[in-house]
Amino acid sequence: MNTPIRFQIDGVEVLAEPGQSIMQAADAAGIYIPRLCDVEGLEPQGSCRVCTVKVNGRTAAACTQPAAADIEVENDTLELTNYRRDLVRMLFHEGNHLCPICEASGRCELQAMGYRLGISQPTKYPYLQPARPVDASHPDIVLDTNRCIRCGRCIRASRDIDGKSVFGYVGRGIDKKVGVNGDNLLATDASIDDCAIALETCPVGCIIQKGMGFYKPIGERSFDHQPIGSNIEGNRSGAAHREETWRQGEE
Amino acid sequence: MAEQHKKRIATASLAGCFGCHMSLLDIDERILDLIELVEFDRSPLNDLKRFTRRCDIGLIEGGCCNEENVHTLRDFRSNCDVLVAIGQCAVMGGLPVMRNAIMHSDDPLKECFDEAYIDSPYLYNPSHQIPNDPALPLILDKVYTCVDVVRVDYQIPGCPPSGDTLWQTLVALINNRPADLPYELIKYD
Ligand code: SF4
Ligand code: FES
Repeated sequence: MNTPIRFQIDGVEVLAEPGQSIMQAADAAGIYIPRLCDVEGLEPQGSCRVCTVKVNGRTAAACTQPAAADIEVENDTLELTNYRRDLVRMLFHEGNHLCPICEASGRCELQAMGYRLGISQPTKYPYLQPARPVDASHPDIVLDTNRCIRCGRCIRASRDIDGKSVFGYVGRGIDKKVGVNGDNLLATDASIDDCAIALETCPVGCIIQKGMGFYKPIGERSFDHQPIGSNIEGNRSGAAHREETWRQGEE
Repeated sequence: MAEQHKKRIATASLAGCFGCHMSLLDIDERILDLIELVEFDRSPLNDLKRFTRRCDIGLIEGGCCNEENVHTLRDFRSNCDVLVAIGQCAVMGGLPVMRNAIMHSDDPLKECFDEAYIDSPYLYNPSHQIPNDPALPLILDKVYTCVDVVRVDYQIPGCPPSGDTLWQTLVALINNRPADLPYELIKYD
């Protein structure tokens, strides 16, 4: 039986299995660490940095940083919230995020992160308003890359789960974008049943299933009433239970 | 204690659809309370076209898509103590801002005009002219947000922000404190 690793997040003791990331241990303990590029079921990639925490005073991405014994992790502090706010603001300013006309509005994780972090006031960042293509060639799927935040979730889902590698990164730096493995989406073997195309994979409204439209009315959408992360924070009682289980495991 | 003067509010719709103003009317019967607390200066609600005196609060709906919008916005900035950008159009350009990038054109303004006045199949325009009467405000090269043009003190996102959101914001501002909106009242759509 593996010995659990004990460490602290914001002063609360958390237990992790060997090999777990800080994020995984936090999730199990009912502590939400904000994230965009990480999603359950895919390999963490550590690229958006929204999950930035401080580990013994140094910043690290919670989704890729392994939990280690006796580390002290800061998560819910004003300093980190401000880092995260700036990262999320920059994502909003870097693409063309027109929430009023987006099918993903209300279930979009970028938008929900803006809500959770309380982003609404003027910022120092300019809107870049890049010209980005829309690919509607496929009969079932649209790619509106105006909204892509380059989280790579579709890339990992297509490569690791669907085994198709329909999506991939092209370009570098500010020009880095997600391309498809063909002239357009129709020329790839993308299918509506792919994990990469599932509603949960793309956090924003870039990968859109045709015919879904605004399928849930305002008021019934994922984040209309509950902030993103509430499902994890709802685990807190489960965490206590889990701790008991751990203690039992120790005996 | 000296009697406080009623707060003076001015409002304007720039490159917006008047949805935010409609939403302001959505405060329903609370409008009777509002009228006890404030007086309206320049606003489409009372059809006052010019400032009669300095205002405490200016509410701006819409960004700037023509020179008249810029002029109005600057006028609001110099005549209002607190300037509030209301709604997605004022905050980030909203739907009008689609002409800046989403059309993927090297000359988006021309393409926009062509679509509106020349090429649309639903058009009757025998002269094939894009309207160019000098009395018409000049259209800007792109759509600008309020922050692009003047300093803005607060933003209230939403398309439109709900009546409740606007009400709570106004009540807070009238009481000289920043609006502290609950989760459910900050929306970007
Ligand atoms: S298309 Fe969606 S899932 Fe893929 S990188 Fe862009 S935002 Fe992420
Ligand atoms: S969630 Fe960890 S870097 Fe994106």
